[in-house]
Order: sequence, then C-alpha cells, then structure tokens
Amino acid sequence: MSKCMTIPARETMMFYLLTDKGLENIVERAVLHAHAAFREPYFVSDNIHILTIGGQSMHEILYKETLGPDITLYRLYAPDVAAYRQPGQFVLMRISDEGERIPITLADVDRNEGSITLIIQSVGKTTLQLAQMEVGDSIPDIAGPLGEPTHIEKVGHVLCVGGGIGTAPLYPVAKAMKEIGNKVTSILGARSENLLILEDRMRAVSDDVIITTDDGSKGKKGLVTDAISELVEQGEKFDQCICMGPPIMMKFVCILTKKLGIPTIVSLNPIMVDGTGMCGGCRVTVGGKIKFACVDGPEFDGHEVDFDEMMARLNTYKSYERVALEHYSEETGCRLEASLKEKGAK
Amino acid sequence: MKPAERLKIPPTVMPEQDPKERIHNVKEVPLGYTPEMAMVEAQRCLQCKTPFCIEGCPVGIDIPGFIRAIEQGDFKKGVHVLKQRNLLPAVCGRVCPQEEQCQAVCVIGKAKKDPTKAVMIGKLEMFLADWEREQGVYATPTAVRKTGKKVAIVGGGPAGLTVAGDLIKFGHDVTVYEAFHKAGGVLLYGIPEFRLPKAIVQTEVDYLEKLGVKFRYNFIVGKTAPVEKIVEENDAVFIGTGAGLPRFMRVEGENLLGVLSANEYLTRANLMKAYTFPQSDTPIVKGRTVITVGGGNVAMDCARTALRMGAERSLIVYRRAEEQMPARLEEIHHAREEGVEFHLLNNPVRLVGNDKGWITGAELIKMELGKPDASGRRRPIPIEGSEYIMETDILIVAIGNSPNPLVPSSYPDLDVTNWGGIIVNEITGQTSVPGVFAGGDIVLGAATVILAMGHGRRAARAMNLYLSSGRWTDLEDGLELCRAEVR
Repeated sequence: MSKCMTIPARETMMFYLLTDKGLENIVERAVLHAHAAFREPYFVSDNIHILTIGGQSMHEILYKETLGPDITLYRLYAPDVAAYRQPGQFVLMRISDEGERIPITLADVDRNEGSITLIIQSVGKTTLQLAQMEVGDSIPDIAGPLGEPTHIEKVGHVLCVGGGIGTAPLYPVAKAMKEIGNKVTSILGARSENLLILEDRMRAVSDDVIITTDDGSKGKKGLVTDAISELVEQGEKFDQCICMGPPIMMKFVCILTKKLGIPTIVSLNPIMVDGTGMCGGCRVTVGGKIKFACVDGPEFDGHEVDFDEMMARLNTYKSYERVALEHYSEETGCRLEASLKEKGAK
Repeated sequence: MKPAERLKIPPTVMPEQDPKERIHNVKEVPLGYTPEMAMVEAQRCLQCKTPFCIEGCPVGIDIPGFIRAIEQGDFKKGVHVLKQRNLLPAVCGRVCPQEEQCQAVCVIGKAKKDPTKAVMIGKLEMFLADWEREQGVYATPTAVRKTGKKVAIVGGGPAGLTVAGDLIKFGHDVTVYEAFHKAGGVLLYGIPEFRLPKAIVQTEVDYLEKLGVKFRYNFIVGKTAPVEKIVEENDAVFIGTGAGLPRFMRVEGENLLGVLSANEYLTRANLMKAYTFPQSDTPIVKGRTVITVGGGNVAMDCARTALRMGAERSLIVYRRAEEQMPARLEEIHHAREEGVEFHLLNNPVRLVGNDKGWITGAELIKMELGKPDASGRRRPIPIEGSEYIMETDILIVAIGNSPNPLVPSSYPDLDVTNWGGIIVNEITGQTSVPGVFAGGDIVLGAATVILAMGHGRRAARAMNLYLSSGRWTDLEDGLELCRAEVR
C-alpha cells in the first residue's frame, strides 16, 4: 500500500511514499501537524492519502534551552523568515488555532539551517503555553521578518545597553555594529544574575562588557544608568547608544543620554495584531507625531519617544491577560497554578 | 406569466433573526430564502430584453439567466450561470451594495419608484450559493492543460482570490501570498461573522485550493521576500494588498487607552475570534458605552459588533447627516433595529481621559450642512460654541482606510498617486512595471468587495492575454471589451 503525503514541517509540497509500517510514525506526525493547523487532510483515493495543510508551513522546534527562570531560548525552523531578516526586525507568532498573534524579537538566524532564534520570557498565556512545547513540536504561524531594520553604520564608538531579555534583540544589532568596524561597549542589566542572558555572545561582539544587577548578585550593584554615568565620568566618549529592554529602563536611559548628548536608538515592543500597519494598535508618539511601531519602527530616536504614553498603552489588556491566564491554568491544572501563585508571591 | 402579473407580486422579505436575540450572538442576521420563497421572488423578474441589471453589475453576471433558472426550480443550472461570472456568489450576495448596482437599474424597482422594491437580486444570489454549499455539489474542477506560466498573487482578499480563480482555470500555475494566517483579506478580518460567516469564506478558499491554487500564508511580500524577487520569479504578478492603513482623526487624546481603529477592533473580533475570549486567546476591550466615529459600512459593523461584545449603549457619531452616510441602507437599518444610537451632525474635537490614561469621554461639536464639497455632498461646518462632552468607555475610529503602503514603498518602480494608490490602466489593471498588475482597494482606496472582484476579473483576463501573447503595450486592444468599458 502506498501513501502519498505532504510533510508540512519542512516543505509545503514534499511527498513521501510510504511502503512499510516503519514509516507510519511520519504519517501520524504529519497528521498531528495538520491537526495543529486545524486543516483537514483530504483523501484522494483509498490507497493514496494526500495530506496537505494548504501551504501552511509549520515551524518545528529544533532546539530549546532554559536560560533563566521563565526565560527560554527556542530555535525554530522558519526558512522564509531567516532568508531576508536583518538586525532589528521581529516576527509575529501564533501558536495554536485559538491563539493570539504576539510580536517577538529575533535574537539570531541561521540561513543554512533555515532557522530563527527567539528568546522568550513566559509572562502570559501564550508564552507559558509555548514553554510547554518540546523539541519536535511545531508552531503553525510565524510571520516576518517585520519592521524596519536597524540602520547599521560606522559611527565610531557604540554603546549597547540591554535590559533583561532586551539583550536578545540587541545581540544581532551589536554584532552588526561590531562587524562594520565600530568599537562596541555593552552594558547588560538585570534584576538578578539568573535573569542575565547572552553574556557570552555579547562578549564575543563587544570590546568591553559591563554587567549590572539590581541586587548585586553579579557585576556592579545598581542600574544600567549608573554604569553609563560612570563610563562617561571616566572620560569615555560615545557616538551612538542603542538601548533595548523594559520600557521604564529605556525611558531613564534616554533621559540620561539626552543630557549627555548621546544619540540613542530604542526598540519598542507595543501591542500589535497584524504587524503590517493595519491595526494601528502599536501607535506611539515620536517627536509629537503618531508612528506605527510595526512599520515605522520598531526602532525610534529614543529622545523623541513619549515613553509614559507608551507604557500606559501597554496596560490596555492587563486585566484581560489575567483572565486568559486564569482560564488557562484552570484548563491545565495545578502545575501552572502553582507557578502563577509563585509569581503572585513575588 | 404576464409582466403585469409579475409586477403585482410583492418583494419577498427574507426572514431575519430577531434584533433582541441577535445582539447576544454572532450568528448571521438574515436567515436565507427557502426554495419556495426564492422561486416566488424569481417570478418578479421581467426577463428584460435589454437587461440593465447586467450592466449594473461590476462583474457582469447574467442576472436574468440565473433568476430564470430559479423560477424553473433548476438551482443547479442557476449556480452554473452565476459561477460563470462570479467566483464568490455566497460572499457577494451578502455584501454587495445591490441597491447602488444591479437593483438600482432594475425595471421593477423603477416601476415602483423605489430601488428597495426591485427584484431581490442579491438575496437570490445568496440563496443559490447557499443551496450549492448545502448540497455539497461543488462542481469538480475539470482538468485544464497547464500553460507552464507562473503567476504570483500578492494578497488573498477579494481581488486576489478572483484573479487566482480565473487564472487557475486558464491553466496557469498560481500562488497566493497572504500576510495573515488565513486567506480572505477583508472578508475575514473586516466583515463581521453576523454579516458574512467565516465558514463561507473558508469554503471558497478551500475550493480554490482544490482547483490547484497554492497558498503561502504568513508571507508578507516586501518583507518576507523583496517584491523584486517575486516579480523576477514569476511570469506575471497581481498586487491586491487592499486598503489596510487606518486613518485617525488627529485630535487630542487619540492615543488614550480604549481608543482604537476599526481595523483593530474588527480584526480582534473577527479574525482572532475575540468574541469567544477566553476560549480564544485574543482579548478585545469592552465597555458599557462604545462610540464609533464614522458613517460607512465599517462604522456600522463596529457599532453592531460592540453590542455583541456586551455594550449597553452603542453610538454612531458622524459629522454629516443620514442622507450623506456612505453605509448601505440595509446596514443602517439593521444597526437601528439592534438599538444603535445615531448622533449625526456631530464631530469629535478632543478626547478626554482619566489619570490611568483611559478614555472617559469625547468632546463633540455640533455641525450644520453648508454648500456641496468636492465629493458632491454638502460640507459639514462646525457650529461654534456647541461643544459638549459625551461620556464613553471605548471609542472606535472608523473614518476610512488608505491603500496599504507596504508593497509600493518597498518597490519604488511602481507609480502611485499622491494618496498612495497604485496607478493602473483601468481596463487591464497594468501598472507601470511590465508583468505587474494591480487591482482592488490598493488602486481604489477603500471601496467595495465587488469592485475589487471586478478589478480582479478584468486584470485576470488581461494577464491571461499577456501570458499567452507576451505583449505588454496596447494590451487592451486584444481584449473583448464589454459595453461599460468601451463607454
């Protein structure tokens, strides 16, 4: 008996002939993929099953690593995204048919493997659900790369400031800035040592790396702004600052660098639905004008961004997100509830 | 039956869900004709020798032809006639502005001096398409000889799907590049479930897939791959990326929480199924009072969606009067039936919020109508000193969309108008770049589904000629043009 089928995880139109039982697993798996995408396989005849999910290319998790508490690195098969992605761009991701579309920054790509690297902190339902997925599982939708790439230019001395998982999108930018011939100094900040990510990779593309933690568990105790002030006091001159991290951190870095006269680029991650300029949910005020972070950004002149408005807008769905999380934990049982309680306790 | 007898038959009213019931669900409002109702309605058609209705239809459907088939009870034949010119009748029967097109020129309507009393062409179209879907007798595609020509369609909305359906039938190899995770464009993200059930759109897309059209989802041409690459790798390209850029009012307070574009509101509600939240993950802001600013179909869709999302008061604020509202009469009627309040000749000048940044109200100014403006409609003029605050929890901006700039801005070879629409030859859809065609809202600005499909139909015909002849200049000379085009 021969079966003809599509393996959606790799190529949308790749056919395999199955002649023995040993390959049944592949069928099952493909069926699972198809079901994950909620598209019915259709049958041409009794002995030939064409399984297609209509060109929906699935994205297999090729590698997964825990980087810290609730921080996970994923390498996903996404050759379309990898092909033309440039530093500074992001993707929109949807992990199930009932799932929401969430914007995620790109930490790295590997064109040979056709993979993208994402570093994601589990904070809401979608990211928690994603954390439950394992290598070999597939994600139905990844759209991108989106947004305008970073303007990479030789300017002299570049200061890269990363906060928490903001270091993930910062890494490709720092790397490109270094490759074009800039001197790169990086400051990586986090609440605590276990929340620091990509230190080794950042060291590899920086001339100097300074670590700061709020609790002093690693590097200097204090905030990234303290480290910036210190460097400038020591006589360091910076031609450009690139800052990616929590909005509150970016806000204070920008207040400082404006005072110091260092041009600063920030990368914003507001609420988005489509990521192609259609919904306007991501609008931010930059220099008194309304910009869409998805198509005009995500990077903007940090000295012109209205951070207070942006931070307020990020709260739009806070109460709904809690509902979604509660609903999810009811569905999945005590394990997550425990983890939520733990979060609540913090 | 004599014409005089036909003229005496009153229009057949399509049953609808009770307004009090339906604002608590997202099920479709009209319930459809029974075969008996459809056959009675079909009897009203005079089968004119010169059918103006065909001319009134942007895709030139043989309207008397399919109505005759209904009258005879031969629904299968009716479907066949319908589908010769219209690939998506289930969609068009529901969302076309028939009262401005086929039904506006119907002789019956003229005789009754009321276009709403014309033959219910749209409802009959909807009946046939639904009948076909329920029967499951979707015509199996006949094998066509492959031409070996590759065509890329950018955007899986009404225009793109029409082109795809036509070109696959000509034997070309067709791939649709869609930015979202599902095809349908505005039919999916924009038009609500209660007006156009998404299962219908999915059936049409599935049908195209069965015909052999390939779909690449999550593929944003201009980002996922450069437009140049798509143009290089294909023998012809059709750009139908729509009018997806929301316009805002540019008034103070527009970035307050709870202020959102119609696109965002409807996309969350429709495509992302926020009406089932938290079963689906995408939330939508809810409030007791919701103001929608605008007077078009999209504004009606938002105001009616808000009711279904639990709003106690849903208000339309529009700066002109009812006569100037661009929305279809039926949409206004349905909205009013459901309890939407109309605050006409009012315009927001400022939005006010609380200390958390949430909107609490809109400052409106009263308007009066002055002399006609460029659009021929009387221009609204603010009445000074008439400002007042209307309290609200949510405000939806539904004042229109501009062409999506993503493709034109990343492909400077394309000539565009100063408002961002791609410039095309009206008959063929040819752009300034050989091999590249465009149509629908990316050319028109925000218009209608059927106009986009009309564009798609014409472009497909021209693309087929281009693909078979290789000729680019004076392409329209090789086409058989219909009367409206020659005129």
